[in-house]
Amino acid sequence: MSSNALIFISVAVAVSAVSFFLDKEKTMAGFKRGWQMFKRILLPLLNILIIVSIALFAIPPSAIEEYLGAGSGVGGFFIAAIVGSIAFIPPFISYPIAAGLLQQGASYAVVATLMTTLIMVGIVTLPLEIQYLGRRAAIARNVLNFFAAIIIGLAIGVIL
Amino acid sequence: MKKFAKRYQPYVWLAAFAVATLLSFAIGFDPGKTVFTNFRVSVFELLSFVPFLFIIVGLFDVWVPKEQIQKHLGKESGIKGMFLVVLLAMLQAGPLYGAFPVAYVLYKKGTSVRNIFIYLGAFSSMKLPMLGIEIGYLGLEFTLARTLISLPLFIGIGLLMEKYLESKNFEVLNPGEAVPAGAKVPNRA
Repeated sequence: MSSNALIFISVAVAVSAVSFFLDKEKTMAGFKRGWQMFKRILLPLLNILIIVSIALFAIPPSAIEEYLGAGSGVGGFFIAAIVGSIAFIPPFISYPIAAGLLQQGASYAVVATLMTTLIMVGIVTLPLEIQYLGRRAAIARNVLNFFAAIIIGLAIGVIL
Repeated sequence: MKKFAKRYQPYVWLAAFAVATLLSFAIGFDPGKTVFTNFRVSVFELLSFVPFLFIIVGLFDVWVPKEQIQKHLGKESGIKGMFLVVLLAMLQAGPLYGAFPVAYVLYKKGTSVRNIFIYLGAFSSMKLPMLGIEIGYLGLEFTLARTLISLPLFIGIGLLMEKYLESKNFEVLNPGEAVPAGAKVPNRA
């Protein structure tokens, strides 16, 4: 279990306890509302996880390291931006990968671009995002974030 | 039959995956087993925090009065609203898809379009638990640089999105309540 999950569970338990102490009925109404929202999102989430599981198998970490490693140049930078936009890797898995890439001689710009596109742009989750924000806003958000991520990657490359 | 197909259509992908996995284990097809292992790890990760996220979101929805949020994150909220929405995002955890239900609740409570997108930006890359992991692996210097460059860009994206969506009837939807394209858009509840 990740430390993120522990934080989540602690916060949920603490908030629930306080809420329950203050108002039992409101707390139950809150649980019910949360459960309704969770039910709605569960199936799309499972479908996304299936796609991710296949992608993780098809694109092994060793292959990613090969293309982003030392000597990949501008090509590596673009690969990082594209892979980061498409891939769907939780931060606690992606940060060790990023640290490994740096150790293998990848530049800060490449790694920062990969990390920022990973966390800011979500092609795989776009269908889910469209359900919440609508097609127009979801696509605009991802496009703007893509360019922002490239700016961040380049800036970090210059700074570090 | 048509009704039956429509009702179970969302489960087709899941069912196909289950059958493929069972077959893989039956005939010892290793790629299928590996894909299932990846899936199992992801599902456990999902179940380790998403239900708790929804407990927090549900309670937040019940407890935080609409007027209060409207006052602090609404159209007139200015710099203070931006600050509060970033702070709110930093206190979260989990991947970006967890932010959309929260964005829906915030929007329903009157948060401005600008602050919704600042929230999504800050949620994607400034969550405190994530910053902790990032500092651990990539160092304080990297994390600080990335965060400080990101923040003004998120504010810029919020302003751009607000401008872009101004006259386009934008609203944050809840998938369960979403209406098909072409249908009359319901009023904000």
